[in-house]
Amino acid sequence: MIKSDSKPRQVVRPVITRLLMPYILLFGLYVQFHGDFGPGGGFQAGVIFASGIILYALTFGVARARSLLPPDSLQPLAALGVLLYGAVGVASLFMDGHFLNYSVLSSDPVQGQHLGILLIELGVGITVTAVMVLVFFAFFGRDEEGEV
Amino acid sequence: MEFLGHYNYWIVIFLMMTGFYVVISHSNLVRKIIGLNIFQTSVFILYISMGKMPGGTAPIVAEGVTLYSNPLPHVLILTAIVVGVATTALGLALVVRIKEAYGTVEEDEIHAQDESL
Amino acid sequence: MIETLIDIVLLTFLAVTAIVIVRIRSLFAVIMLAGIYSLASAGLFVVLDAVDVAFTEAVVGAGISTVLLLGTLALTGEQRKTTSRHGPLIPLAVVTLTGAVLVWGTWDMPLFGDPGAPAHQHVAPRYIQDSPNEVGVPNMVTSVLASYRGFDTLGEVTVIFTAGVGVLALLGFRRRKPRHPEREKP
Repeated sequence: MIKSDSKPRQVVRPVITRLLMPYILLFGLYVQFHGDFGPGGGFQAGVIFASGIILYALTFGVARARSLLPPDSLQPLAALGVLLYGAVGVASLFMDGHFLNYSVLSSDPVQGQHLGILLIELGVGITVTAVMVLVFFAFFGRDEEGEV
Repeated sequence: MEFLGHYNYWIVIFLMMTGFYVVISHSNLVRKIIGLNIFQTSVFILYISMGKMPGGTAPIVAEGVTLYSNPLPHVLILTAIVVGVATTALGLALVVRIKEAYGTVEEDEIHAQDESL
Repeated sequence: MIETLIDIVLLTFLAVTAIVIVRIRSLFAVIMLAGIYSLASAGLFVVLDAVDVAFTEAVVGAGISTVLLLGTLALTGEQRKTTSRHGPLIPLAVVTLTGAVLVWGTWDMPLFGDPGAPAHQHVAPRYIQDSPNEVGVPNMVTSVLASYRGFDTLGEVTVIFTAGVGVLALLGFRRRKPRHPEREKP
């Protein structure tokens, strides 16, 4: 279905992908870290980041994308995000607060809240990106390997 | 305005029932999952409609703005959308495995194969 | 007023798209229409002030979902027939009845955009008034999502992780079988 060998008529897609992909990934990072101030956050950023990688995979083939981001390294990342989230909660427990009460993370409660939100949004973003890319590889990689 | 006051809810119900109809009337499993997605989106619209405040703006603090829409439904639905796509992927994965096991994704053909066993 | 008009137009557009999704035969066209449906609902969310939700719906519904559905279509093949063994009558009767009951239920709902609706009374005023000072983050959706309802979000992230594990368990990466196993041995 998705051929990685580009025929003569497939010139526009690789060029546009090369042009757009850095901006999509950069926009994903912007949404991730600017989510406190404008619309955005870990969920959206994760999906945008994943869609950038999916665009690359659709254009240049799943095999190339998989060598870029090996599933063996994505699987631990998916777990790492959830663990980071939980770790922030446990850290606030150890600092004499309630579970996921970020105010105790810093001497200033508002600073603590900022730090906590930044960390858990990062956890959410990592998990969502990793899961979306893994799911995509699972669906499209199956097709490609079937052809082998 | 009395009539339009419930227009959002009626369209939500219509979309919900359309999704429900696709799920129960079509035998193709991929179509059923699309039907579930339609149903799901109608629930999103229901929640977001409830959070709308007339004359309010998006719930992001800005100077000179005092009236904001209700942020709580937005939070609930924001996470529900991403969870929704994850569960949709799981459903589609099941469909792919059913296709490999039965050679078809039509519900009645699968039932026919099960009965002949 | 103009917002209400856009709201009505977009809702009608959604309803029309849904009807076409039911009626059309080609599964490929249905998947594309489902993407359009998601995009239109994202537009509706912008009109209803839910910018974060619109953002997510546009990326997820019109982007990832469509790609995954197309991937499934490639693996399962185009549909051969559209009707099931029961005619359309029984399902139609069921949905009409259920829909009628639900419409009857809307008479007790507050009108659209009623400031006194119960949804605006409980915790929402506190979030709107106190979150800028308590959490210090301008985007209230982020502060409610990450701080006030952190438990909820932890649960959601776990669900996403679990769904990902489920997909991998079902479709996991097939180890490429060596064609000539004896050659692999040294």
